[in-house]
Amino acid sequence: MRPLKIIVLAKQVPDTRHVGPDAMKPDGTVNRGKLSTVFNPDDLHALELALNIKDRIPGTQVTILTMGPQKAADIIREGYYRGVDDGIMISDRRFGGADTLATSYTIVQAIKKIADYDLIVGGRQAIDGDTAQVGPQCADKLDIPQVTYVEEVLSIEEDRIVARRRLETGVETVSAPYPVLMTVHGSSPECRSRKAKKVMKYKYARTKTEMRKGDAILEALHIKRPHLVIPEWSVEDINADVTKIGLAGSPTKVKSVSSIVLTATESKVLTDSDNDIEGMIKELIKHHTIG
Amino acid sequence: MKSVFVYCEVENKIVAEISQELLSAGKRLAEKLGAPLEAMLFGKDLKGIESQISPYGVDKLFIADDDRLEPYRTLPHAALAHKILKQQDPQIVLFGATSVGRDLAPRLASKLNCGLTADTTILDIGDHFVKKEKKEYTDLLYAIRPAFGGSIMANIINWDMHPQMATVREGVMKKDVFDENYKTEVVSINANKILNNEDFVVEIIERHIEESDVNLKDAPIIVAGGYGVGSKENFDLLKNLANILGGEVGGSRAAVDAGFIDHNRQIGQTGTTVRPKLYIAAGISGAIQHTAGMQDASMIISINNDSEAPINSLADYVITGDLGVVIPKMIKYYKENAK
Repeated sequence: MRPLKIIVLAKQVPDTRHVGPDAMKPDGTVNRGKLSTVFNPDDLHALELALNIKDRIPGTQVTILTMGPQKAADIIREGYYRGVDDGIMISDRRFGGADTLATSYTIVQAIKKIADYDLIVGGRQAIDGDTAQVGPQCADKLDIPQVTYVEEVLSIEEDRIVARRRLETGVETVSAPYPVLMTVHGSSPECRSRKAKKVMKYKYARTKTEMRKGDAILEALHIKRPHLVIPEWSVEDINADVTKIGLAGSPTKVKSVSSIVLTATESKVLTDSDNDIEGMIKELIKHHTIG
Repeated sequence: MKSVFVYCEVENKIVAEISQELLSAGKRLAEKLGAPLEAMLFGKDLKGIESQISPYGVDKLFIADDDRLEPYRTLPHAALAHKILKQQDPQIVLFGATSVGRDLAPRLASKLNCGLTADTTILDIGDHFVKKEKKEYTDLLYAIRPAFGGSIMANIINWDMHPQMATVREGVMKKDVFDENYKTEVVSINANKILNNEDFVVEIIERHIEESDVNLKDAPIIVAGGYGVGSKENFDLLKNLANILGGEVGGSRAAVDAGFIDHNRQIGQTGTTVRPKLYIAAGISGAIQHTAGMQDASMIISINNDSEAPINSLADYVITGDLGVVIPKMIKYYKENAK
């Protein structure tokens, strides 16, 4: 079996699973500052899927690609700590405000710059939008097939890859030729943990922008160990058309947001006493709700 | 007026429930716009399938009938849909937020270079004033969806790159027959002329579709448990109550994540949306993720140790107490009082 070249698409997202009461501003908009950021959960599954292939086929090269503000360099470091070979950061203020169409255009420009790949994997969806769109949109723009909701890679052949997909009503096993893009379902194996040795090796990995404030010791280290410099691609680096990125390239716009308010119902408050419960059951039967 | 278009899913000659819901919702939008409703359907052995579609008031139906089009595969369906949408140039296109619709719609949105809103729960028509252009855009699709883990509802619009596309969650739109005898113009599409071998490079080797024995959507009574139920064994109590009342058992995401109940019984934003006659929530605190999927129940009973549980504000009856005590009593008094 020949080694594969794999690109992992990963995103740093606000942790919408733990939205506290202070995460919303009084006007109903999201207070992003109050949400911590995490490695998008499905993308961690995608990373595991890629690293698992690397375990199975020595020589496989895994590159992690992320797009976001400087803080998102954490994603690249987390990738290194778990065993990726390379990391690339797409970062430029002009990419901000992108919807899925503009995001997929941007990512595809970067993938075209990487040029050489057999397999692209990403999480099924990101918890900040739950759209599940960027994967299929990238596949379309690259004009390659997509296999969504992958749960397990069953076999890796010379010119095809076989995977099981998790559908809402069952499972489906498909075979696709390279190059192919897969989105990975949360029912696939959890990502391995960080390796202490890798953490030691890569904890000082930084982008140039992260280094801009100047740190003589880190700078000296980066000269000695160039693998610690995380490449950072701008609009020009990926040759992006500015009308297709960021807000300008995004057809969907948010017209308004409203916070969800539970409409209060006048409740009958009961205890667990026999009297209360028998009374309620009798009322429900009387009103033909039950019985 | 440009049309409203629906991508319909079909399997074994049966048009999917979600597609019937979409046709109903699409008709309501089309009526508001004074526009025709159009649909497309790709599968095999589709002779006479239009009888399942016409009653929803579909003016024009595009059918591609070919053995290779079922089960669904991305590339051939995307190529056919792209061709038809290019030619028909609709204003709005709707897909189910299903494993098919969520696979297909983004690929098409990329091809058509248009906007796509995912997991919409409310569809409407409205206007929007664009300050920068000093221009009022009328008759736009309002695609309204929960966002940020369900803490907000966002109204997503798209005024400049058409069509306006949306995937719509299952069970949210009301199914509504428009006219049993509606006349639909059927256009037969020759898939062979549009597709080539490249469209079939992904092969389906095996497929196991579980005939779901769970029908939460149509259950008149649902007994749902949350993390507060505490264990799989305690869920048996809920099952007993559901069985006796003639209902189904459901669970919150927390209960599913904890392994108390199967994921196909999950109620909420990432699960089934239900609107039963009676909803009994046991040990459910009432995260928005959950309440978004059940708040339209006609009557809600909340059983919780915590008298301050958020779900109590939705409930018609709030029982503060241990479900291990309350549920057996409910069963007992139901048996005693029901005829």
